[in-house]
Amino acid sequence: MRRSIPLVATGLAASLALAACGGGSGGSGGSGGDGTFNAALTKPVNPSTKTGGTLRLANSGDWDNVDPADTYYAYSWDFARLYGRTLMMFKSVPGKSGTELTPDLAQGPGQHSADLKTWTYKLKPGIKYEDGTPVRAQDIKYDVERSLDKKVFPNGPTYFNDYLDLQGYTSPYNDKTPGKLGLKAIDTPDDQTIVFHLKKAFAAFDYFAMLPATMPVPPAKDTGANYKQHVVATGPYKFENYTPGKSMALVRNTNWDPSTDPNRKQLPDRIEVQLGINADDLDNRLINGSLDSDVVGTGVQAAAAAKIQSQARLKKNADAAPTARLWYTAISGDVAPFDNIHCRRAVEYAADKTAMQTAFGGPLSGGDVATHLMMPLIPGSKDINPYPSGPGNHGDIAKAKQELAACGKPNGFKTVLTARTERVKEVNGALALQQSLAKVGIQAEIKKFPQGDYFKLYAGKPEYVKKNGLGLIMMAWGADWPEGFGYLSQIVDSRVIRDAGNTNLGVKDPAVDKLVDQAAVTADATARNDLWAQIDAKVMDDAYIMPFLNVKGLLYRPPGVKNVFVNQGLNGLYDYAQMGVK
Amino acid sequence: MVTFLIRRLIAAIALLIIVSMVTFAIFFLVPRLTGATTADLASRYVGKSAGPQAIHEVEVRLGLNRPVAIQYWNFVKGIIIGAHYDFGPSKVYCGPPCFGYSFINQTPVWPDLLDRAPVTLSLAAGAAIIWVIFGVTAGVISALKRGTAIDRVSMGIALAGVSLPIFFTGLLSLAIFRDNLNWFPNAGTYVGLTQNPLQWASALALPWVTLAFLQAALYARLTRAGMLETMGEDYIRTARAKGLPERTVIVRHALRSTLTPVLTIFGLDLGILLGGAVLTESTFSLPGLGKFAIDSINNNDLPRVLGVVMVGAFFIVLCNLVVDILYAVVDPRVRLS
Amino acid sequence: MTQDQTEGSAPAGPKSFLDVRDLRIHFPTDDGLVKSVDGLSFQLERGRTLGIVGESGSGKSVTSLGLLGLHNRRNARVSGEIWLDGQEVVGASPEQVRRLRGRKMAMIFQDPLSSMHPLYTVGAQIIEAYRIHNDVSKQVARKHAIDMLGRVGIPQPDKRVDDYPHQFSGGMRQRAMIAMALSCDPELLIADEPTTALDVTVQAQILDLIRDLQEEFNSAVIMITHDLGVVAELSDDILVMYGGRCVEYGSADDIFHRPEHPYTWGLLGSMPRLDRDRSERLIPIKGSPPSLINVPVGCAFSPRCAYSELNQGRSETERPELREVAPGHRVACHLGREDRHRIWTEEIRPKL
Ligand SMILES: Nc1ncnc2c1ncn2[C@@H]1O[C@H](COP(=O)(O)OP(=O)(O)O)[C@@H](O)[C@H]1O
Ligand code: SF4
Ligand SMILES: [Mg+2]
Repeated sequence: MRRSIPLVATGLAASLALAACGGGSGGSGGSGGDGTFNAALTKPVNPSTKTGGTLRLANSGDWDNVDPADTYYAYSWDFARLYGRTLMMFKSVPGKSGTELTPDLAQGPGQHSADLKTWTYKLKPGIKYEDGTPVRAQDIKYDVERSLDKKVFPNGPTYFNDYLDLQGYTSPYNDKTPGKLGLKAIDTPDDQTIVFHLKKAFAAFDYFAMLPATMPVPPAKDTGANYKQHVVATGPYKFENYTPGKSMALVRNTNWDPSTDPNRKQLPDRIEVQLGINADDLDNRLINGSLDSDVVGTGVQAAAAAKIQSQARLKKNADAAPTARLWYTAISGDVAPFDNIHCRRAVEYAADKTAMQTAFGGPLSGGDVATHLMMPLIPGSKDINPYPSGPGNHGDIAKAKQELAACGKPNGFKTVLTARTERVKEVNGALALQQSLAKVGIQAEIKKFPQGDYFKLYAGKPEYVKKNGLGLIMMAWGADWPEGFGYLSQIVDSRVIRDAGNTNLGVKDPAVDKLVDQAAVTADATARNDLWAQIDAKVMDDAYIMPFLNVKGLLYRPPGVKNVFVNQGLNGLYDYAQMGVK
Repeated sequence: MVTFLIRRLIAAIALLIIVSMVTFAIFFLVPRLTGATTADLASRYVGKSAGPQAIHEVEVRLGLNRPVAIQYWNFVKGIIIGAHYDFGPSKVYCGPPCFGYSFINQTPVWPDLLDRAPVTLSLAAGAAIIWVIFGVTAGVISALKRGTAIDRVSMGIALAGVSLPIFFTGLLSLAIFRDNLNWFPNAGTYVGLTQNPLQWASALALPWVTLAFLQAALYARLTRAGMLETMGEDYIRTARAKGLPERTVIVRHALRSTLTPVLTIFGLDLGILLGGAVLTESTFSLPGLGKFAIDSINNNDLPRVLGVVMVGAFFIVLCNLVVDILYAVVDPRVRLS
Repeated sequence: MTQDQTEGSAPAGPKSFLDVRDLRIHFPTDDGLVKSVDGLSFQLERGRTLGIVGESGSGKSVTSLGLLGLHNRRNARVSGEIWLDGQEVVGASPEQVRRLRGRKMAMIFQDPLSSMHPLYTVGAQIIEAYRIHNDVSKQVARKHAIDMLGRVGIPQPDKRVDDYPHQFSGGMRQRAMIAMALSCDPELLIADEPTTALDVTVQAQILDLIRDLQEEFNSAVIMITHDLGVVAELSDDILVMYGGRCVEYGSADDIFHRPEHPYTWGLLGSMPRLDRDRSERLIPIKGSPPSLINVPVGCAFSPRCAYSELNQGRSETERPELREVAPGHRVACHLGREDRHRIWTEEIRPKL
């Protein structure tokens, strides 16, 4: 998920405040529980099957949307599983298995035709909405139809728009057929069967079937943009109330049948989410135990991170959770002298990745040094390091100079390095890169742009990039889901490059495009994942991307929270579908 | 008096119109002038990887493709006669005063503003009472005990209050009074007054005090300076020469004059605060107008930005008007004409 | 006004209505000790008027505020005795002095605009003054205020009573001030430059008013001014002040017709007189008043005095004491009696 929530930078003040009060005992925080540092990465901490109590969550902002047709944040998807069920889902388990898909509403993975263009799912019988009415395959189709309407639901992903054989279909709201189920690309031969017809072969369709857009919506209850006020529940919890920007409360859904759902538990009686909570204060409340979890789950702020790292009693309740998110510097092949591969490789070698890691918070709250695109949690990832950056990852100056010589620029050159103004860590990372490049004679001038327009008007707009010579572009990319296609397609496929708003900032290699196409039609998952690993290696070889950090989020789980573990399928967030408080 | 009121009312409305135009220009016109296409603007409101078609549809739905003047006219029209919005299954009518629909949340702006206003009102009113009482008292005592330890201590505190930012004192107060002492366990949330008055007060106690601390510091300095000046006035000497007890001299004569200019500043401060105490609300996670404003700006949610700017401007204009009237009441030298 | 004490004999108790003895008012400041009033003594009876005259900065206002006990004990050191109708003021408690203020002794200030509270009506301020010392209802006090305004010559007093000071003209404001000061029938009225802020025609009216009222109320009046002309007709006795001390004291007749102190001569010389031509009459005293922190040793007036050389250096080294030169006429100057008479009759008088 590329979009992130803007936060007011109050880190300094918070650290002062915390330092001033460091000695005090923070309520129930710090004591009890059987956690150790990183325990929740591999097993549920404080396992429990006891029901009751209120799970208290908080969000420093608000959801992009809770409507299943209109959401793109990983944490929204994680949270949506509490009230809605989709055809497929990521296993609700700790560790690497969390990145595996498992059927949810469907009885099994999709059955595909030989040409990989038709995908069929059969629904489990007996699944009901919160009001007791049965869930029909048509309702899943209806929500997919809704998600196509980017006018009303602009936020969600566009995979169905791009892959379904739409034949001009735009929206159920323009649909004149009775029942508004006029989309020809999806058949519902009966209430329990749903068949997707694609316009091009796609082997990893089960991941599409995991998207929130496959959450059933009863057409009679649909109120369009207002539906988010009360999404009709199929999961273990249903809406009690939701005031955007303020608060949300979920209560038990008595029509949820655990026998149809091995992936979720229904432990707390109530789930409350406070919205718009000051990020630093949110951390303090986690630590003092008056909140159970930060629903956004991107990790604590700098102030709390410092506190957690320095105090063992807090650290044992924390996890440095790996995510499918990478920090890298895009190297524009369109901007001289980076049209020469050797000049690109000089950057790969010269970068002091340790210094950049430090700028992002160090190993604990920043992440691990990255040497290639696909982080270990992506299925098929191969650990490669095509441009070893010397001892301690401080950059290999000799190698870099060799490459510069090969590029015909033995004394270096001048270029521009961009970063987003509001992102302090990113700017600091750019400064660290600037310094390491200077050691080999590459003088990078840092230019900052507002994050809201970074991709739309500047770094993601090829015309602007060329005209202004933006050679190096600071960038972060998070997978839509942890799998080759969901991670890489938007940043390496040259055919997704548009006039503006790009996320592929210049990877243009026909060989890569060919591999992407090949992966799309490779039904066997192992073979397919291997193709993505080849793509990773090829892009690295082209040196269009200089990865430096596999992001980790430093998460805090108050000792009172039960059954808590990190789900790697959900971008390294705690799995809300299993949490309890008793 | 009546003509004065009518004149001021017309001026206030004119001012609000100008404010709306300027705000509109800043958010809708300036981006275009600086080279962004209407599609660029619309692309802020789509998910990642949205294609040109999706962007175009959003552009049309939000009306961004239309000339700015027409957009402004529709904005004004919405306020006066309401407007219709496309919600998918049906069109929804948004009655006057319709400040449009959120670009991000697709909820009407006006009810949200009405929903947020009581939070800011609660914060501002409570803090105002505290800071006026403490600030003025501290200022008067400092002035009367000029040069003594009391004066120096209270002015030292006031200096700290003026120079420490709210997000520092706010988080510090939360750490001490909520987390360590556990006095206000629900600080950092908001409970409506009508929901539970006790919870309301205990949730707001720290924000009140934190905000009041900053303002009280300003008012203490202001009052002290004013009081010192007033105490040197000839009419204070006259009051003493009449044989008035010192307390009467201070309260009836000195304080009355000192507080008249303080009242003006108080009115302006209150007006600005009612438009949204941005820092206090963000620090204490209070869903008031200030938080609303900052969130809306961060999200580029233009209708909300416009709405909250208008409300803020309204409060400032209103408080100005009230201050002018009050001033004329308390100071006979000012004529309402 | 009687002057019946001989030098050095300590009086047992006051015989006069107002008896000021060796009044000293000093202000310790960062720059040094300001001796604004330094050993002032005089007496005053009911129905009599004393004029205190001196250039600005000579300590007149400090004296008047001292009489009313208005100096702040924190920054002013007041010593000596002030007996008012048998009661000592300097040593009395602030509360006791407060009760005297406004009732027994009242004051009219120089600038009536700044001396009245701008936010209260004229009436309210008079009513307030009246009601502190008289336990009456607001209505009664209001009637009294209207009555007082009428007596000081304000037309339509029942209407003007509700006006604010800024709605009054300068002269009317001073009348109102006088009404306020007289509202409690004070036995001692101090008028500190009551006409300085007013234009000439109004000045005369105000002075007339004060004189009329004094006759009516039979109060003792201290008329403070830097302008001898103002006290000329009004005062029974005149005290000439210089550098915080009395340099000459005598009846109005003595001071105008037989002045003996060079400073008094200077004041007379600079006094505007209506019967003389403008170019001739104003002979300003050269130099400026002394700093009250570093009062010159010897005679304070010596740096400016044209006759200081006539005293074998005593003017620069020895402070002249106030001595009686004729009954009720006292002068502080080293000049010999003959010299003084000669200079006055031969050099000064012809020029005036
Ligand atoms: N509160 C005070 N502190 C220090 N000096 C003072 C104070 N009040 C008066 N003075 C000084 O005393 C001297 C006499 O002042 P004043 O009595 O006002 O003169 P005037 O004869 O013009 O009325 C002046 O030099 C003045 O600066
Ligand atoms: S004592 Fe000397 S200096 Fe002072 S007034 Fe007399 S003659 Fe002049
Ligand atoms: Mg004076």
